[in-house]
Amino acid sequence: MNCGKCKTKAVISLPRHNAAFCKDCFTTFVHEQVARAIKSFKMFTPDDRILVAVSGGKDSLALWHILLKLGYRADALYVNLGIGSYSEESHRKVQHYAETVAASHGAALLVHVVEQEAGAGIRELANILHRPTCSTCGTIKRYQFNRAAVEQNYDVMATGHNLDDEAARLLGNVLHWQEEYLDKQSPTLPASVEGFAKKVKPLCRLSEREIAAYAVVNRIDYIVEECPMAKGSKMLLYKEVLNRLETESPGTKQRFYWGFLDKQTKPESAPETMAEKDQRTLTPCLSCGQPTTAETCSYCKMMAKAKTAPAQPRA
Amino acid sequence: MIVQLSHPQRQVEIKGPKRTKDVLRELNLVIEAHLVIRGDDLVTEDEMLADADQIEIRPVISGG
Repeated sequence: MNCGKCKTKAVISLPRHNAAFCKDCFTTFVHEQVARAIKSFKMFTPDDRILVAVSGGKDSLALWHILLKLGYRADALYVNLGIGSYSEESHRKVQHYAETVAASHGAALLVHVVEQEAGAGIRELANILHRPTCSTCGTIKRYQFNRAAVEQNYDVMATGHNLDDEAARLLGNVLHWQEEYLDKQSPTLPASVEGFAKKVKPLCRLSEREIAAYAVVNRIDYIVEECPMAKGSKMLLYKEVLNRLETESPGTKQRFYWGFLDKQTKPESAPETMAEKDQRTLTPCLSCGQPTTAETCSYCKMMAKAKTAPAQPRA
Repeated sequence: MIVQLSHPQRQVEIKGPKRTKDVLRELNLVIEAHLVIRGDDLVTEDEMLADADQIEIRPVISGG
């Protein structure tokens, strides 16, 4: 398989784009997708100071890397959750990237250690509070990232949420009709009130596989191990289901999430009822009189064609 | 060929030569959720993998 752009050997094929790329063209493709998201959702400008929420995983480190390569002023905040060896390893990965790559771009790494402020790691806190670990973790991370962005005067906070994250979250929200959460699925969330930082998701046009491939191609050393607390999470199930659909029908995740964003941005007119729509679009079939959108209904057309077709020999 | 898998970390042996997509199919893994890496390089689904190759099949899905 060759790169569709330069015809050298491809390292990845992207069925949803009907494309294949070599290392260099793939890197360019990823940068273009991020630049497009930043522009179309008015995320930030080259003058803005950005705070990237990093975890040591592929998405957040790739995001930091891409923003620095695109020339943005991006520092990062790592929140050490105190999940034993998993947190130690992810902290090491972030520190390593900050020292070996980010520092040469003039970018700084900020670190918040949950145990130092709360007196316990995330697992112990969840136990004390009788709350699920992932929900405790989410609350702490959202709070600390927002606080750092506001207190240290960053113009915007960027997270590594990708197309799979957003499609899986949308599926979960729709399955449970949690309409109140749908507004928060926009790739840009404004600083709606005093005390809230503006939040953006520049990777929203890229799938998880594309971002992992970008990290491998660009030698970004990230933590491959899954967070031990995420085992059995609903998000993983939704992603698995969506990936099975994606494999059978490339572009499913993109159509699902981008279609939702399209509907969200279009001004809502008074919805037409089904009866009103039928009255506007349907007329009696010229042949049988049943309602149809055409002059002759599908059934009458089909029967007319069957009657005029040459007879088939019986099997 | 030796195949390195994650979640949990383990190794399996698959008879080569075989195309990447057939190795994934044999292990019942979905392409959309995995990358196949030989040495330091990604390989595409149609790449022929030799019996002597050592590859890593890396999951790309995280649950956060």
